[in-house]
Amino acid sequence: MTPRRRTVHSADGLPLAVFEQGDPAAPTVLMVHGYPDTHAVWDDVAEDLAADHHVVRYDVRGAGASGVPAGRDGYRLEHLAADLFAVADAVSPGRPVHVVAHDWGSLQSWEAVTEPGAERRIASYTTLSGPCLDHMGFWLRARFRRPTPRHLRQLLSQGLHSWYITAFHLPVLAPATWRFGLARAWPRVLRDLEGVAPRAGHPQPTLRQDAVRGIELYRANMRPTLRAPRERPTEVPVQLVTLTRDRYVGVALSEGLERWVPNLTRRSLNASHWSALLEKGSVVAGLVREFTARTGAGQKAGPPEDGRLVVVTGAGSGIGRATALAFAEQGSRVVVCDLDLEAATRTAELASLVGPAAHAYRVDVSDGAAVDAFAKQVAADHGVPDVLVNNAGVGHSGTFLQTTEQEWQRVLDVNLWGVIHGCRAFGTLMTERGEGGHIVNLASAAAYLPSKLLAAYATSKAAVLMLSDCLRAELAPAGIGVSAICPGIVNTNITRTTTFSGVTADQQAAKQQRASKLYARRGFPPEKVAAEIVRSVRTGKPVVPVTFEAKAARLLGRVSPGLLRLAARLNVG
Amino acid sequence: MALATAPRPAFPFTEADLGRFRETQQLAYHCAEQVAAWIEPGVTERQATAQLRRRLVAAGVEDFFHVPFAWFGDRTAFRHFHTPLQFFAGGRKLEEGMPYVLDCAPVVDGYTADIGYGGKVGENPLWDRLAADLRVYRELILREVKARKPLDEVYAAVDAQIAAHGYDNRHRVYPGRVIGHQVTRTTARGPAGVNLFGFGVRTLQTLGRELISERLHGRSPLWADGRASRHAPTPGLWAVEPHIGFRDVGIKFEELLVVTEDDAYWLDDDLPHVRRWSTTAEEASR
Repeated sequence: MTPRRRTVHSADGLPLAVFEQGDPAAPTVLMVHGYPDTHAVWDDVAEDLAADHHVVRYDVRGAGASGVPAGRDGYRLEHLAADLFAVADAVSPGRPVHVVAHDWGSLQSWEAVTEPGAERRIASYTTLSGPCLDHMGFWLRARFRRPTPRHLRQLLSQGLHSWYITAFHLPVLAPATWRFGLARAWPRVLRDLEGVAPRAGHPQPTLRQDAVRGIELYRANMRPTLRAPRERPTEVPVQLVTLTRDRYVGVALSEGLERWVPNLTRRSLNASHWSALLEKGSVVAGLVREFTARTGAGQKAGPPEDGRLVVVTGAGSGIGRATALAFAEQGSRVVVCDLDLEAATRTAELASLVGPAAHAYRVDVSDGAAVDAFAKQVAADHGVPDVLVNNAGVGHSGTFLQTTEQEWQRVLDVNLWGVIHGCRAFGTLMTERGEGGHIVNLASAAAYLPSKLLAAYATSKAAVLMLSDCLRAELAPAGIGVSAICPGIVNTNITRTTTFSGVTADQQAAKQQRASKLYARRGFPPEKVAAEIVRSVRTGKPVVPVTFEAKAARLLGRVSPGLLRLAARLNVG
Repeated sequence: MALATAPRPAFPFTEADLGRFRETQQLAYHCAEQVAAWIEPGVTERQATAQLRRRLVAAGVEDFFHVPFAWFGDRTAFRHFHTPLQFFAGGRKLEEGMPYVLDCAPVVDGYTADIGYGGKVGENPLWDRLAADLRVYRELILREVKARKPLDEVYAAVDAQIAAHGYDNRHRVYPGRVIGHQVTRTTARGPAGVNLFGFGVRTLQTLGRELISERLHGRSPLWADGRASRHAPTPGLWAVEPHIGFRDVGIKFEELLVVTEDDAYWLDDDLPHVRRWSTTAEEASR
């Protein structure tokens, strides 16, 4: 479908080349390209979205087929924002538009979105790789004022990523680089550094002049805005898509963005700065489609939604249930499963009360075929999950020689094979989708704390810990993080269902009761473990000991493994 | 075992006594409902308890088993409670969508009632869910007591139900972790209307006497999950107050349970929360 071309005149009289696709009666999506691109960078995304949206793109001033401002002042952000509103008014009079922007397009769209009253003209804003310069000014200021090691690291990292901005301020040299070589080499730069396959029509034939003129964008705006940032909050719902392999815009830049954007949705995409649009156009289109549908339906009043899908196994009680609720409270859609469907359904009901609608399934994680079927079902009903929490597990106590073959089988089937099946089924889905994700495996402090009474249990959990380490290495290129959680003594019903080797039913009940009492007295709530799990997904921390005893044992195991080996002989566990 | 063979005391009340207890409980719930109708955003906990006390006194109440309490917002779930002083009504203002709990224990002519009333202002879907689920606990407790299970086992059964529901046990925040306590006709002579630490002086006299005499029989007038409650329900009247919480919402009911020598029943079924369950059940069946 070839776009319909028209010209819209900016407030100061420059002609802007506007390209329209799709049904004008459908919701309007307005796309703003970055530097040194033109509207053509959106080809794939626009093609996909045009099926059910009125898609409008334009060449920003100085680029492609649009007019060129006379001087540097013509590139100031206020003009660029005015252009956006002019195009929006022309193509969608009286109806707010959904803005999608990338790179410099994103910077100028922020200027429009943070304009007072912008929520009347802009229904939603999806931003890729481009912060608001005012917000960034405050971001820098906050970090220079409080130079904690973490802040300094963030400053240094962003500084290293932004070297080209300084380079663009160099007179003569920057334009000359584009003129004499860089423009010609651009396809190779995209291929080698960004992973973008060369294709016909890309980059645009006007690249050389676009790139040279666009340098003025940096020179006109960077220094003045960053030096004297203005307070710019916005009521517009914003979807921030973080590109995990972006070489220019760091993840840390969006830290604390909620201060300015109360209605913020965070998504992340396993892509580089340009491959997001040129290689994964349909994925970006999907994110935009989901967001426009949600904001278009006026869902502002409901519980917050972050658009993520989280699957939790063994979520009928304890840590699993608490984790499902914690993710739901964050606004994630939650799918839970458990052997006990009634308990899982209850968790889903509670999750739906504190967050978006949740769903429950009955799954035996030790059954590989069942987990595969579950993964297929989830993908079909709800999509590919962004987070998988392999939580289902059983407790077992008994020395090696007491533990029967069946007991070994059961413990390994649930605790180890359950995790293997989960990682295999959902890990495959995640890698195939290519948007990254996170897998959380529930190991245990027993994974590194030997005890003669926990032979089978500790073995299964140690295997989960090592499995997580290996899997992390394998899935890293796919942008999928893996965390192993080692809770320690947490007050859940695992103690009430723990089996004991070599005892009668009555003795077992008594032992279960004693263990439950001990765990209750320790009183560490599963909600705190859930909070750690949510945090590990955010930070990507590989191994997370949770309670004090879990942390102490891990430290002790490193300082003096012999001591732990000796303690393993004690009759505790 | 000495505890098991201790003679079970006879049921100490006549039908007329029970009628008076029922009247006092009705009066208390009636006043709580009046305050609930009056309450609105902006009211503080102290204003609510003052209002409750005024209405109770106007209705003829002479003394209080304990001072009236009111908890708003996350205080209904006793979040961030570190000292018993935090139970007392404070300056927390009611806001739209907040849950609240009123708790009062009027004494009329020695007949004591101890009631808990949960409510909300505006919309609160979490509260609706908890309020509906509270019914399960009323039925569960009666079933277990009828079966003459030891009180600590009933407590554990309530705990297991709370865990299954995914809520948390908030009555364990009460002093002594009690889910209930025995109520008798106060006959003490101390000054009426005077309280110490929130409990009426007459209450403390009676309770102190009860604690000692019951202890001698291996029983306790307080119902908790410890060793002291490892006995079958003592015949008499028990004020039972399961208090459940989820996130920042807490709800309870508190009413009198009649335990006779061989049976048990709730003193009165014509109470606001019971009526609410039957209306929601009717709506659901419609």
